[in-house]
Amino acid sequence: MGAPAAQDPSASSYYVGDAFYRELIEAFADWDRDDLAIAEPARRDAVRAFLEREARLLDQARYEDWLALYAPECAYWIPGTPERGDPRREITFAFHDRRQLEDRIFRLRTGYAWSQHPASRTVRSVSNVELFATESAHIVMARSNFLIAELLDGDLRHWAGWAGHRLQITADGYSILAKQVNLIDCDRNVRNPSIAF
Amino acid sequence: MTTQQKPLPLEPILSGRVHDFDALVHEDKVHRSLYTDPAIFDLEMTRIFGAVWVFLAHESQVPRPNDFVRARLGLRPLIVVRDSNGVLRALYNRCTHRGATVCRQDRGSAKAFQCPYHGWTYLNTGKLSGVPWPEGYSCDFSRPEFNLMQVPRVESYRGFVFGTLNADAPALTDYLGPVRRPLDEWLDRHPGGALEVREANRLKFNGNWKLLYDNSCDGYHVVFSHRSLLMMENRFQEGDGKGMSYYKDSPDTGPVKLYSFPNAHHFKDKRDAIPKRPGALWEIEGLHPGMEHYEAALRRDFPDRADALLDLASSEPVNINVFPNLHILGNHIQVSEPLSVAETATTWYGTAVVDPDGEIGEALGPINALRMRTQEQFPTFGEVDDLANFEQIQAGLAAEEDAWIYMHRGLGLPERYSAAGDGTTVGPATDEVFMRDYMRVYRRLMQTEPAIAPTRETA
Repeated sequence: MGAPAAQDPSASSYYVGDAFYRELIEAFADWDRDDLAIAEPARRDAVRAFLEREARLLDQARYEDWLALYAPECAYWIPGTPERGDPRREITFAFHDRRQLEDRIFRLRTGYAWSQHPASRTVRSVSNVELFATESAHIVMARSNFLIAELLDGDLRHWAGWAGHRLQITADGYSILAKQVNLIDCDRNVRNPSIAF
Repeated sequence: MTTQQKPLPLEPILSGRVHDFDALVHEDKVHRSLYTDPAIFDLEMTRIFGAVWVFLAHESQVPRPNDFVRARLGLRPLIVVRDSNGVLRALYNRCTHRGATVCRQDRGSAKAFQCPYHGWTYLNTGKLSGVPWPEGYSCDFSRPEFNLMQVPRVESYRGFVFGTLNADAPALTDYLGPVRRPLDEWLDRHPGGALEVREANRLKFNGNWKLLYDNSCDGYHVVFSHRSLLMMENRFQEGDGKGMSYYKDSPDTGPVKLYSFPNAHHFKDKRDAIPKRPGALWEIEGLHPGMEHYEAALRRDFPDRADALLDLASSEPVNINVFPNLHILGNHIQVSEPLSVAETATTWYGTAVVDPDGEIGEALGPINALRMRTQEQFPTFGEVDDLANFEQIQAGLAAEEDAWIYMHRGLGLPERYSAAGDGTTVGPATDEVFMRDYMRVYRRLMQTEPAIAPTRETA
């Protein structure tokens, strides 16, 4: 096995190791503190627009465009408990790296994912967007609430929770380093959780 | 163009005879009402879940005295507790006063449970320890009927805690019988033969609980129901080879074998589809977060043992099914819970290697970091498609005139089977012989009133 240099995160997963997990857990612990809040309306509005666009891309099943919002070495993490835990030690609701996000999209596109046959229709609302500073001037954390109305094979139902986005500030906007989706029923038995959150 | 077809003769609609299980369960087919009739569901909660040993919890969920976890036996709400003396008990979560649940947390540690409604308090042995203002009562609160009801027989088989309400049930080891062999082998591939439950993927579906049991040893559905998963797992491959690809070519005659055991247990053994050498399991794993990172680290730090260590992070190719609600598959402990005639919860508990004797040392962390991700794959990208198909069976069964559900694959073809003594039938992975065998057990149980004998502390 060669040295893990310059690997393509769509094809291999060298970047997800102990250091990555540790930084992720640290980044999502104790970050939404009042003393770190960024009040500037322009910055909050820019992040709000970014999150609204993410929601729309998912509603429109524009998964490739959605994925383009993520940094190459990203994480998509839906904890299995409200305490969120350490994904190295316990099962999560979902924990994807870039390659597995692409797996998820690939599966949905096969035409044989019976849990999405017919495909769900969704309408996502994003609200209560707050912005928080980190130690890095180039990284901000966003907290938002979401409500997803899903029409699943004729049944209308809802998912609710809040999301934490760790955002890299780029030349033309933001890039998602990690998204943590906190479903309020993450530790309950749920029916057909096959949409992307 | 239209055609005039001769009407088919309709099978008799048997809904008026729900308790005639000889009429509802045939050798080759069962009647739809087993899946749709609430009266049959209610009877199952007594005659199935009240009669046999039912899986309740894993000991790692209650490792220390006073630890508890909530569970259900059929619909009965329970608290599985390791009491202050270390004894495993399954207490009814039901205040003897007015019936409210006394424990409303999923898990925790408690020496006593106090009912939030009127403050009646019970020790974790189930004994009533006090009621507020007892001078308002004329009764004797030391009488047993005021102690929490409990499951009379609770036993652990190598960490798997089962309970039965039936005074006449055989000993747990006899009930399990030959399914203990694959269970032992599954445990013994881990250092110290030990595991811990570490959270779960928790799912449910709008369908009857038996749809899940019917599917649990079914090698016929795999390449169809899981087609998207197989395509996904092999999207970087030249040919197929990852995941359950071994089902793709002639699964009827392939190396995957099905064992149908007495008492409705069964086992699908996929291990012979994989070469017997260290690292072979790891090679067919799908692609998971951190795979390349941790594999490189383990090969660097443990060059002689890396293959065997990586196999511990890999999905064990078995499905071990213990009637009526326990499924061991891959590295999961999957538990199914009937909620109503057309709603079932299924919880896929993840398991971690614990290495009690320090056999694998520093490799433990990386192995579990991989093992958590390998376990998330199937519930996330595979089980959801099965559950969607179960829901569509439940929907299809609304057609009441079309009353029968077939399970006759392999029936009348005795050359496909061999007997292994001890009441075991061995056959191809794609045959429904295990369904026929379990439905025979089911029919007998549904025709028998079990000796349900819950108990209460007396002293």
